[in-house]
Amino acid sequence: MLSKLFAKDGTKSVIASLISIFFGLVVGFIIILIFAPSEAFEGFGILLSGGFYRGTESFSQMIYLSIPIMMTGLCVAFAYKTGEFNIGVPGQYLIGSFVAMYISIRWTFIPDSLVWIVAVLCAGLAGALWALIPGFLKAFKNVNVVISGIMCNYICLLLVIQGIKSTIYNSTGAESMTIPESRSLPRTPLDSLLSTGDSNLRFVVAFLIAVGLCILAWIIMNKTQFGYELKAVGFNKDAAKYAGMNEKKTLILALATAGFFAGVGGALPYLCGSGKTLQITEVLPDEGFNGIPIALLGFSNPIGCIFAALFMGYINVGGNYLQSLNIAVEVIQIITGVIIYFASFTLFIKHVFAKHEANKRKKEEGKV
Amino acid sequence: MSIVYFLFNQTLLFAIPLMIVALGAMFSERGGVVNLALEGIMVIGAFSGIFFMNWAQTNQVLSGMPLLFTSMAIAAIAGLLFSMLHAFAAINLAADQTISGTALNILGAGLAIFIAKTVQDGAQNISFTNEFRIESIPGLGSIPVLGDLLFKNCYITTFLGFLLLAFSWYLLMKTKFGLHLRSCGENPQAADAAGISVYKTRYAGVALSGILAGVGGLIYIIPISTEFTGTVAGYGFLALAVMIFGNYSPLRIGGAAFFFGFTKTISFAYSSIPFIAKLSLPDTFYKLIPYVATLILLAFTSKNSSAPRADGIPYDKSRR
Repeated sequence: MLSKLFAKDGTKSVIASLISIFFGLVVGFIIILIFAPSEAFEGFGILLSGGFYRGTESFSQMIYLSIPIMMTGLCVAFAYKTGEFNIGVPGQYLIGSFVAMYISIRWTFIPDSLVWIVAVLCAGLAGALWALIPGFLKAFKNVNVVISGIMCNYICLLLVIQGIKSTIYNSTGAESMTIPESRSLPRTPLDSLLSTGDSNLRFVVAFLIAVGLCILAWIIMNKTQFGYELKAVGFNKDAAKYAGMNEKKTLILALATAGFFAGVGGALPYLCGSGKTLQITEVLPDEGFNGIPIALLGFSNPIGCIFAALFMGYINVGGNYLQSLNIAVEVIQIITGVIIYFASFTLFIKHVFAKHEANKRKKEEGKV
Repeated sequence: MSIVYFLFNQTLLFAIPLMIVALGAMFSERGGVVNLALEGIMVIGAFSGIFFMNWAQTNQVLSGMPLLFTSMAIAAIAGLLFSMLHAFAAINLAADQTISGTALNILGAGLAIFIAKTVQDGAQNISFTNEFRIESIPGLGSIPVLGDLLFKNCYITTFLGFLLLAFSWYLLMKTKFGLHLRSCGENPQAADAAGISVYKTRYAGVALSGILAGVGGLIYIIPISTEFTGTVAGYGFLALAVMIFGNYSPLRIGGAAFFFGFTKTISFAYSSIPFIAKLSLPDTFYKLIPYVATLILLAFTSKNSSAPRADGIPYDKSRR
């Protein structure tokens, strides 16, 4: 029974991820030990207790931080299944943020209680439409998705800055306006229970939307014809084409779906009532790029993305608390980097194990 | 005429670091290793170089050209060492190269800022004094036209960039090593059968990319700023784009880098070009030019993309 569980591919992936996380934390500990030896143990304790360090306040922070990266992670993971590395995710995320803010602030003809639904949906659509550009360019012009994604990120960034300046600009702060609380996501009793630190935060609905979309993506990937086709294209484009699949259509649709997730991800944190604004700086949003490690750590599995995002939220909360000990928060980035580095060759480790097992079996058969 | 010189000078400032890093990427990819870690390597190179420069300038150990060259050597070594992490994962451990490249980008940025903050009591930026601009090279600077274009208000790194371009072309196209490298990127099984060590050759390819990206990171920072803030603003990714745009071949990479550098120059210097300034279009329009133009050009030129056939595929001896 147990050996069967361990033989499953999914279990192996989880174990591989856990091994990577372990090594990442070890390296993180060593680095803290080198640079802040006197506070190393206390600091590492804070890091490990991350999302629970200050009770519900830390816990709600963790959930709040995990929402956008869960979506951008899902976006990268979904595109990765068709064999494309969607580095255009920051752009798709950013355009979602802008559209959601614009609708929430300017479309006053929609009643307060319903506007978040329109905002989230339109943000998703905007992300999907933006992802169509690299999709079409790849399908019909053979443009490498990595390069078109990079270009689209910068184009989006400049357009959004111009968009903010001409529609929802707050000239006193030289940034965008904020979405009024009345037009944010609905606040649930659970929000009041968890967010003791910030009485306006409303992240439960956002979290449910994010998790719901991850589950939806899992269903699309594993239970529909489209999901089957997109994985087939990912495995072998030519074989998929030969089997009668329209590989161009599949690729474009897959990228658009991925872009939808990123767009929704862009909308959610701004609708949480945290007063977050869009900046007028030519810097791409971190939440976009941070989706890449989430997808990788979650082994491109939508359900894996949920846990990977929660984990990242958890250690990021811990990392913020570390600053009280004068340990730079970037130690989290180092740990993340090391984790992903190890995750990159866990396939190899899996391969070695598989070989080892095969050899053992061969020997046993030989004895008989 | 002075506006032409100005635009040309600015173009060089953008184009040279981009070209150097893109040439590095080319060596890695022609050998069959996708190197997405350029951004991280550039950050590490820039960090180590500027860190040394800061130390040398505050303690007055070195100055002028010797300082510049020592800093560049340090950036190169740091880049080389950092890129070896990628090489080890990609070549020995058959890692997914996209993933390990991404990992190094995260790690590089984290390490640079973490060390800077820890050593400087929480301050993230490392400052330096730019003492490397050459007013006019004696003799050469007084040549009409050419002197104004190339030999006035210039950096020695510009000439180094041109030298590296020629060297890269020669190394890749005209030497035995270049042939070996290219064969490892196209058909490593055949290369192995012919007695070439695929592992060693690929290591050399990644090493070259590490050296060039490290140097590129440093010389990207020097002319445009007086401090290193922990980032190279996406230039590693742009260099990757330039490399693909240049179709993996040295001379075309040079062309692509200059194209991008020129459009980038236009995008911020448009107000000083009389006939463009008259159009009075919004600022954003000009800023979009480099990216949109690259996308459009790519759409027309990507049909015959010549990515190395074994690019990104770990070499597995048993598949020979």
